[in-house]
Amino acid sequence: MAKDIDIKQGIDWTTIWIYVALLIVGLMNIYAAVYNVDNPKPIFSLEHNAGRQILFMFVAFLLILIILFVDFKVYDTFAYIFYGIWIVVLIGTIFLGSDIKGSKSWIKFGAFSLQPAEFAKTFTVMALAKYLSTMGVNVSKMKYAFRAALFIFVPPIIIILQKETGSALTFAALMIVLYREGLPGVYPALIISFILLLILALIFPNWAVVLGLALFGVLFWYLFLKRYERNKQNLQRVIGLFVLFSGFVLTVDFVINNVLAPHQQKRIKVLVNPDIDPLGAAWNVTQSKLAIGSGGAIGKGYLKGTQTKFDFVPEQSTDFIFCTVGEEWGFLGSFVLLGLYFILLTRLLSLAEKQKSKFARIYGYGVASILFFHILVNIGMTVGLMPVIGIPLPFVSSGGSSLMSFTMLLFVFLKLDAHRSYKV
Amino acid sequence: MLESRKPVILIFFYAIGIIYILRLFYLQILDTKYQSLGALNSIRREINIPLRGQIYDRNGKLIVANEEVYDVYVTPKKVYPFDTASFCNLFNITKGFLDSTLTSAREYSKDRPSLFLRQLTKEEYASVVDAMIQYPGFTFEQSFFRTYPGKTLANALGYIGEIPQKKFEEQEEEYYRKGDYIGLSGLEKFYETELRGIRGVKFTLMNVKGEEKGQYNEGKYDTMAVIGQNLYTSIDLELQQLADTLFKNKVGSVVAIEPSTGEILAMGSYPTYDPTLLSGKAFSKNYTVLSRNPDRPLNNRAISAFYRPGSTFKLVQAAIGLEMGVITPRTSFVGAPTMFAYHSGTYEAANLYNAIQLSSNPYFYNVFRKIIGNNSEISPFAQARVGLETWGQIVAKFGFGKKLGIDLPSETKGVLPDVKRYDKVYGKNQWKFSNIYSLSIGEGEYGVNVLKLGNLCATLANRGYWLTPHLVQKTGVNKDNIRGIKVETHKTDISPRHFEEVAKGMGLVVSEGTGRSAQVEGIEVCGKTGTSQNKKGKDHAIFIAFAPKYKPKIAIAVVVENGGFGGVASAPICGLMIEQYLKGKVERLAYKEQVANTRWTTVAGSASRTTTVSTPAKPVN
Repeated sequence: MAKDIDIKQGIDWTTIWIYVALLIVGLMNIYAAVYNVDNPKPIFSLEHNAGRQILFMFVAFLLILIILFVDFKVYDTFAYIFYGIWIVVLIGTIFLGSDIKGSKSWIKFGAFSLQPAEFAKTFTVMALAKYLSTMGVNVSKMKYAFRAALFIFVPPIIIILQKETGSALTFAALMIVLYREGLPGVYPALIISFILLLILALIFPNWAVVLGLALFGVLFWYLFLKRYERNKQNLQRVIGLFVLFSGFVLTVDFVINNVLAPHQQKRIKVLVNPDIDPLGAAWNVTQSKLAIGSGGAIGKGYLKGTQTKFDFVPEQSTDFIFCTVGEEWGFLGSFVLLGLYFILLTRLLSLAEKQKSKFARIYGYGVASILFFHILVNIGMTVGLMPVIGIPLPFVSSGGSSLMSFTMLLFVFLKLDAHRSYKV
Repeated sequence: MLESRKPVILIFFYAIGIIYILRLFYLQILDTKYQSLGALNSIRREINIPLRGQIYDRNGKLIVANEEVYDVYVTPKKVYPFDTASFCNLFNITKGFLDSTLTSAREYSKDRPSLFLRQLTKEEYASVVDAMIQYPGFTFEQSFFRTYPGKTLANALGYIGEIPQKKFEEQEEEYYRKGDYIGLSGLEKFYETELRGIRGVKFTLMNVKGEEKGQYNEGKYDTMAVIGQNLYTSIDLELQQLADTLFKNKVGSVVAIEPSTGEILAMGSYPTYDPTLLSGKAFSKNYTVLSRNPDRPLNNRAISAFYRPGSTFKLVQAAIGLEMGVITPRTSFVGAPTMFAYHSGTYEAANLYNAIQLSSNPYFYNVFRKIIGNNSEISPFAQARVGLETWGQIVAKFGFGKKLGIDLPSETKGVLPDVKRYDKVYGKNQWKFSNIYSLSIGEGEYGVNVLKLGNLCATLANRGYWLTPHLVQKTGVNKDNIRGIKVETHKTDISPRHFEEVAKGMGLVVSEGTGRSAQVEGIEVCGKTGTSQNKKGKDHAIFIAFAPKYKPKIAIAVVVENGGFGGVASAPICGLMIEQYLKGKVERLAYKEQVANTRWTTVAGSASRTTTVSTPAKPVN
């Protein structure tokens, strides 16, 4: 192993170029978001997030070099150990972490602080890939599906204890991986149905949704099922689903009004009707939509945004960075950024399918799912399609932990991909 | 087999991607509500209100001007605790006012300025400005209020005031802000767009705390204020002021028109009010007092009151009769049956001139009967119907029953009785001449305002046509930069030679008939008396006159409410105003004094007048 290794060998340059493009987009928009009209500072200044982001990029570059130098088999071999260590770190953070904005998820290193929860995603994906690639594990069977789910659910539970609910939610994306590996399609179908029902239950009165469900059930029975399929067993299934869905709809109201904390209730309610509280709970969404909408087709021009400059949009350089893109670059810029992400996702899925090693394939799906979930929720909340959940936009939002963790997540896969002809 | 799940996942990704693209397309391109500068709370729109246009009389004398004043604004966040007692002393306000204004300003916004005190004069400003260093948070903004060097014409000028809530909500483009001034009546309302000028707008960047952050887009969208246009009116200020003097103790109205142009020379409604009362700080207090006055000084009687034209309408009947050929100037109705009594004997019905001179009711009863009967219908019901319709069409050409189109808001149409009206009262084909004969002498169901009477007089002076009456000759920033007002000529389609005969009769009215008190030495005045019957009290006195007889320069209509006979109460006012306008001054000062001091009761049924004008003839209506 002591031979000269060409670390570039087999590396997928398409993905790297998209990664670089996203970093540049990110840096430019972070600079625009923190740009002070009265007192402009150069982009390299460490006084603002843009300068710090450049520093993080150097660290990210070092991290990439390390990942590429390390033998690719390490990730497979030590997946459970990494996972285990990180669970300990996560638990430790609850006690040792510094309190930043009400959440105990940060560990301080001098001037910088690190959020272990961000890195937990990478190690969870590794452990999950390791487990699912084990001989004999088949998630179409309940027993294995349950065990796989345990891998997914332990870290977010600890993260919720750190009061970082947003970060914890991202683990739900790994459901996509399970689906790819054989989880019966009915589970994701049920989850999507529940999400749709939740939205319907928020918009329409309960009785209307239940009535609609009943109507749909009857239509389904007579129009979609063939005569010989209309047997007792299927009737029980349809009625069972109807009862389940109706029960869910009726529970939604109860849960929203009686279980959730008031600020969480509001975040959900303003999603459907932002006018109920434009200066309070809906302030973020209203301001963010205003900023994006005011960009128009081609935007106001670089550093010419007004809504994002003067602090109307909160967390401009981190969670709400997409507002700056929307305001200054308009529909064109938003389209290009979304386009970059979808090219990346497509590329990752097709690379994943090419893997000979099951571990690498599953890991690849894990990377794509995690990235997709972040894009879905982050952009969705800025355009008012998702509740406000504070998670970063991959590679674009400012912040060292998120940049490091996404870089690590992605480049471990690129390293695996570089050696895809090896079957472990 | 599980490989087929890759496209499912990919389709799911893309479905979300497409939803997001559509959402962005909607927000950024389809929905334009986010793209107006006004919607953005990071941009503050600062308005610069230009000076309002001034108003001049026909000789260039100033009627309305502006006084520059200062409004005080307060930005609560910048206010530090201060010595309230000396502050209240400085501005001459109470502690209660200070506290309540500060509280409501704080409720509006801590960071943005609110109006604190309106209209400090230059002197007041000078007296407080040095002390202001002790009171941060209070700022001054230049403003103005209306002043009236002409001290007259209040009803026609109208007034400005804070924009009413309804109007504020109805405005198409957002021009006015709450509390902005707008013309609420009269010329101020009609010419609001010209007078107000164009506001300047400055877009300033502002952060979420309301602090200024410089110009928006290097001022690309900023506009300069354009000063309001002046109104150059046709009012003769001296004539107008004379009318004020003559009507000092009376209720009524006067309109003087230059017949050849339709320009209004004077327009008065009495009792009037001091226009300065409705300018500035005391607006609402004074407005309440004025609006409660039973004589309704805020009302512009000249364009909105409702009178019967009385005997002045006989002139219209004469012109129509002559044009139809049912009478000649020599036609006599002596011995003809009539529903009316003679004032002074049957000779008043001997010919048209006598009839006009002495305002003969029996004569015009017969003229009107001939006009109504001037068709081939045999049944008296059908005859009356067709006759009234034909007559009504001609009368409408004089401007009766419709708006004349003067450049003032709230001009009334008046009423010209027509077939429909009598059908409603009596039933279709249930009425004939005997039901409508009182129309012959200008009584009955008519409704006219003084402007319409003045316009009738101008029509007679022009021998058959009239021009849209108007107060404003030109509008513009200065006299070189002007825009005319569209004035139309309206023809009665009655031959001028018939009007010549009418004018001859009107000349006799003043020289030796019922209107001798309108005589002016050296000037041939043509006039006609009228009495508008008033069910509520004493009749209203009407006089219309034009002068000189040939190439008339002025046509006047005067109504003195409860004045009784037009020849007594109204004719002297006409005479004096003609003298003023044609001679440039009134020589009969004692007579002017006497007319001015004559008081006519406005209370129904009680004693008539306190002093009497010596009248040369027995009053006849």
